[in-house]
Amino acid sequence: MVPLSWYLVLAAFIFCCGLLAALARRNAIAVLMGIELMLNAVNINLVAFWRYGAAVEQLDGLLFALFVIAIAAAEAAVGLALIISVYRSRKTVNLDELTLLQG
Amino acid sequence: MIEQLNQLIEQLLIQTAPTVPSIQQVVFVMLAIPAAVAALMVVLARNLFHSALALVGTLFAVAGIYALLEAEFLAVSQILVYVGAISTLITFAIMLTRGMMYGATSPLNRQAGTAIMIMGLLFAVLSGLVASMPWPENLVALETFSWGIFSNRITGEAIIASLGQKFLTTYLVPFELMAVLLLVALAGAILLARDRQ
Amino acid sequence: MEQWSESLFNLLGGLGLPQEVSTIIALAVGALVLASVAPVLALVLIWITRKVISRMQDRIGPNRIGPFGLLQTVADALKLLSKEDIRPANADFLSYALAPILSVFGVILTVAVVAIAPGWIGADLNIGVLYLVALGSIGIMAALMAGWSSNNKYALLAGFRVVAQLLSYEIPMVLAMLGPVLWVGSMRLGLITEAQSLNIFGFNLGLGWFVILMPGMALIYLISALAESEQTPFDLLEAESELIAGFHIEYSGMKFAMFFLAQFLNTFFLGAIGVMLFFGGWQGPFVDQLPILGVFYFLIKAFAFYVLVMWIKGTFPRVRVDQMMSFAWKVLVPLVLSLILWQMLAMKLFGPVWLQYVAVLAGNVIAIGIVVNVLTSHFKQEQVRTKRAFGPKSLIGTMQPYAGD
Repeated sequence: MVPLSWYLVLAAFIFCCGLLAALARRNAIAVLMGIELMLNAVNINLVAFWRYGAAVEQLDGLLFALFVIAIAAAEAAVGLALIISVYRSRKTVNLDELTLLQG
Repeated sequence: MIEQLNQLIEQLLIQTAPTVPSIQQVVFVMLAIPAAVAALMVVLARNLFHSALALVGTLFAVAGIYALLEAEFLAVSQILVYVGAISTLITFAIMLTRGMMYGATSPLNRQAGTAIMIMGLLFAVLSGLVASMPWPENLVALETFSWGIFSNRITGEAIIASLGQKFLTTYLVPFELMAVLLLVALAGAILLARDRQ
Repeated sequence: MEQWSESLFNLLGGLGLPQEVSTIIALAVGALVLASVAPVLALVLIWITRKVISRMQDRIGPNRIGPFGLLQTVADALKLLSKEDIRPANADFLSYALAPILSVFGVILTVAVVAIAPGWIGADLNIGVLYLVALGSIGIMAALMAGWSSNNKYALLAGFRVVAQLLSYEIPMVLAMLGPVLWVGSMRLGLITEAQSLNIFGFNLGLGWFVILMPGMALIYLISALAESEQTPFDLLEAESELIAGFHIEYSGMKFAMFFLAQFLNTFFLGAIGVMLFFGGWQGPFVDQLPILGVFYFLIKAFAFYVLVMWIKGTFPRVRVDQMMSFAWKVLVPLVLSLILWQMLAMKLFGPVWLQYVAVLAGNVIAIGIVVNVLTSHFKQEQVRTKRAFGPKSLIGTMQPYAGD
């Protein structure tokens, strides 16, 4: 039997990698990939707590994880459409160069 | 005196005896290490397409972890939605916005050093917190739960059937809202990314 | 099947291994046996393809190497093995090498859920049908990787088109697979196959196939399976005249062979799944008394489906890419959605099972009839319009007699 803490440590690691990608990468698409990693880490947490919890027949964790997957799909679609639109007008997706709003 | 010494040595040997890991633990390690390595490669790969491929690897490994947690419907949905749709979207976006693909420069920006330090700290705090909490150690088998009106089916089927039932009874409003959200996202994405000529 | 796995367990347990390790070894041996079915099957399939197509084109086909040309495929495989393994300059070698492997990987994984005989199934997953759908997405990733890593504009464009085709036709295929799932109430392929039995006075006739219940769904599944496995009339990929033969331009030797292996196996296994879902799988007369007959029935039906696909390949021309996309989104998706809606309504509104049966069958036939009528009238009008525009004197090819101006 796998201890619950192992799943949570793995989820914490993937979350930190995703946050690192979202903060420290130059390309906008890589930032989006970091967001997807973070959502996956959250899903691992939800499903692990569902399985090791008390009210397994309520299926709360499983349903929450399914909703997260669907919302991640919607958000990835809109985010990538935005990136393509920005690329069309600015010819770059390098976040260091997209500084119009910078004071 | 010698008997106490013998007892002490026996206790010490029992405490430090190597334990054979169970099969689930071996499978977990075989799934978690590729997941962790691929997640790290998403951050650190120079070529953006390699990052996307590493993301696909992470998603497959995470689907394997869901299957290990006996949530097989979620595992297959993850592969269908994430690998089949979102990864394809990301790859299309990478191919349509080819700019920094062949990275001779570093993929990380100016605040990478600070970010790495803070992430290391965050990971240490989170994992320390999680590993030191007294979680319940017993894993109740799924067969012992009662699945309502689906109790005459196999447990796997009963889970999927009650998932469907919950979508339409307890969680009806989030379900319909999710449908509306997907429709709005679809329309918005098409509107944003179309050619304005 | 259980007897064999149990005897394997006992053998391994007798060797002194702990129970979990012997379980894993037995499962690995089973998986290896199932996975080695695929390349052997590919030899037979390629031979059937060449013979059937050549007979339709009024020629004999390969008949020199081996009796009836049976060893021709082996000779071809040896030839492909001996070809030079070209690596394009500036190609991303990791994904270039990984793409054909992923392509075959996604197809061989479907062998695990194919039910050959009552009880003979690799893994009767609770999510069998959904698992099959998810495996299609691996093939999509492989096609994208192949198109991108070849470092060739035309390969990239062809890869985009193939991905567009695969994604567009995945939706009608999934929804058509949903028909039997809704009727049976479970996604397990073993259960769906068992539910297609016709029990008369306690004797299993084995002819209660779902194609008699929902022929529209079967037709839509057939068309989508043709498109998903890139066979005619949707074989934009294979056509040598289209964009220099698709995303495997830069592949040579064994890697090229793997893409074609994947395509042949994909056709056969999609056909096998269609047979399991709609044509009864291993069901047939006397299958309760003699379970080995199930293998026989299943193989006959699966190979008949494959010969049907080859028949279509030898008969119909190819569609254009815009015709293919508009057919998928404007015709198939609304049709299959309305069929699913009608089936759900019929199953909930009508009480007795025979009434549901009649309602679903009537709905299928009416929907397909309406769509076929609309499509033929649309195409007839288009044809006549074009002819009148270019010159009313030549009526070759039109369907209406010249009524005078």
